Amino acid sequence: MDDAFPEQGSLRILIADDSDTDRLILSKLVERQGHKPIGAADGDEAVALFCKHDPHIVLLDLIMPRMDGMEAARQIKMLAGENLVPVIFLTSISDARTLAKCLESGGDDFLSKPYNRVILEAKINAFNRMRLMHRTLTQQRDLIRNRNRKLLQEQEVAKRVFDNVAHTGSLNAENLRYHASPLSIFNGDVLFACRRPSGGMHILVGDFTGHGLPAAIGAMPVAEIFYGMTSKGFGCEDVLREINQKLKRILPVGMFCCAAFIQADFSINQLRVWNGGLPNGYLIRGDGRREVLRSRHLPLGVLSPERFSVDAEVISTDPGDVLLVATDGIVEAENAEGDMFGEERLLATLDSVMAPRQVFDAVMGAVGRFASDLRTQDDLTVFALEMTETDESSEMSAGLTLSAVSGATEWLCHYELSDQTLGQFNPLPLLLHICMEVPGLRHRSGEVHTLLSELYTNALEHGILKLPSEWKNTPEGFGRYYAERARRLERIRGQSIRFTLRHSPSRDGGRLVIECHDTGEGFDYQAVLQHDHDPQCRYAGRGLVLLRQLSHSLTFHGNGNRVEVVYDWSFT
Amino acid sequence: MPIQTRRSDDGQTLTIKIEGRFDFSTHQSFRDAYEHNDSHIVGYVVDMSETTYLDSSALGMLLLLRDFAGGDSAQISIENCNGDVRRILSISNFEQLFSIR
Repeated sequence: MDDAFPEQGSLRILIADDSDTDRLILSKLVERQGHKPIGAADGDEAVALFCKHDPHIVLLDLIMPRMDGMEAARQIKMLAGENLVPVIFLTSISDARTLAKCLESGGDDFLSKPYNRVILEAKINAFNRMRLMHRTLTQQRDLIRNRNRKLLQEQEVAKRVFDNVAHTGSLNAENLRYHASPLSIFNGDVLFACRRPSGGMHILVGDFTGHGLPAAIGAMPVAEIFYGMTSKGFGCEDVLREINQKLKRILPVGMFCCAAFIQADFSINQLRVWNGGLPNGYLIRGDGRREVLRSRHLPLGVLSPERFSVDAEVISTDPGDVLLVATDGIVEAENAEGDMFGEERLLATLDSVMAPRQVFDAVMGAVGRFASDLRTQDDLTVFALEMTETDESSEMSAGLTLSAVSGATEWLCHYELSDQTLGQFNPLPLLLHICMEVPGLRHRSGEVHTLLSELYTNALEHGILKLPSEWKNTPEGFGRYYAERARRLERIRGQSIRFTLRHSPSRDGGRLVIECHDTGEGFDYQAVLQHDHDPQCRYAGRGLVLLRQLSHSLTFHGNGNRVEVVYDWSFT
Repeated sequence: MPIQTRRSDDGQTLTIKIEGRFDFSTHQSFRDAYEHNDSHIVGYVVDMSETTYLDSSALGMLLLLRDFAGGDSAQISIENCNGDVRRILSISNFEQLFSIR
């Protein structure tokens, strides 16, 4: 088969004609044009010789004994399979219907008797060109098919790696419902959820520009940073800043990630929402009111770290309120006519919902009915988070036996931060990390984090920055509180916060003593402690209650600027 | 042609007008529109009066233009956007990077 496809020159040409004279004339003509003729006296022989000699072009007389031209053409075409073997009928008939039938049986053309040398040569050349073009196309198609198969296999593997990174965490939490389109292998959408050590949760939903592998590659570091930093106790500002910086560095200009970042704190009923480039998110309240969470920032990966803003909206919630955030897949979901679902339909759906808990099903139902087939919407990612604390102990594995206990159990640590560092650095992950070196204490990381975090927040916001917690009694005051916090942080001079941590083992656990000492003026802690159970105090003053509930003892020293917490814990 | 360019009389401003959908299929011609001009251009105008739709890859292309035109010092104004286009630009907060009129 080396000469199966000669570009020019000699072709093998099968000539089937029951008239010896006609066959001889045609053979001579073909030979004179430089090709090799193969003669057959009827259709049967033609098929046999076709199998034996594998000719490039076949010339068939229409009427022959044993098997006529049309049947021979059908069989030859079948034997040739994907290869193009031009079949030309030889005929003296000029009846249009018969000629048409020739082509229907698989013939490619016909040649009228008596033969014209010039026409014969032109037809052979033309069909040879067609044959070569067909061969090139087939080869290219096979090449593309193989490459594509390989690419899909690679994506399949990459997808498994990606899923291991992206879809771990707390997406299966009871208070979280979500939909992520399974249609394309990588659709550029990401959805991450992770519990914070202090309780509460971080959620990131994002939509990378573009689809496919580039988007997935961008998603990998985002997942790593998100899960890594969140589980170490960093807050949403720190995680966002890190993700933006990373994406800015690795993504080419023009590629970025529209995203919303949510920090949910169920114990104090507070949401922090940062929206950069996603459509409006909605907080649906139990009394039917609705809050709109607009995009106020550029997407992640656009701005340099100096210009990037991590200001999140701080919203106080009630238990049972539901937050709904989606990528543009909801509003851009198309129906069969190419109309988009749009914001109006979304708002109408939200209006129709009687209880916040029904929001997710209502929206998915409405989009599903509108688009008729959700599977064709390739980048629809949406989640609904209910502001309800769930039982997280079921998600954590104990996996530690008493006999395995060894490590840092008896130690003392001083750590002091001052001035600008107070505003720029969050010491909690570091302090938590030190505490977690105590074997067995890791399972109490939530409580330890809360203790550290409440102590630090009190020392910084009330002790040093002198922010009045009463401001937080109204939703409007909330905003003012956090704006003022940022302003005062900038101007800190000569201030510091000092932590002293001490751990000692006990018979079945240990005792952690945390002392937090700030350089502020202190406060009238006697008066505040009496207000503990004041029901008017909805948004503020909960920190101290929390500290007291979690710890064995809570003591104030000095003017109230030195606080000591004793935390006893056991393995059981 | 979905993309047309025009130089101002003083040759310092290049107006790029996009007709129809501004999405990834426009990528090459949008780049050609500004990359093959000489260096006397000071400012750019992206005319969206005939643009019906804008997707996120178009936002990416606008960022590429901004980078080409000098990044933070680029002078680019996006003009005559219809409601939908305007909405997408403001969801992404592009008014922080471009002057949108």
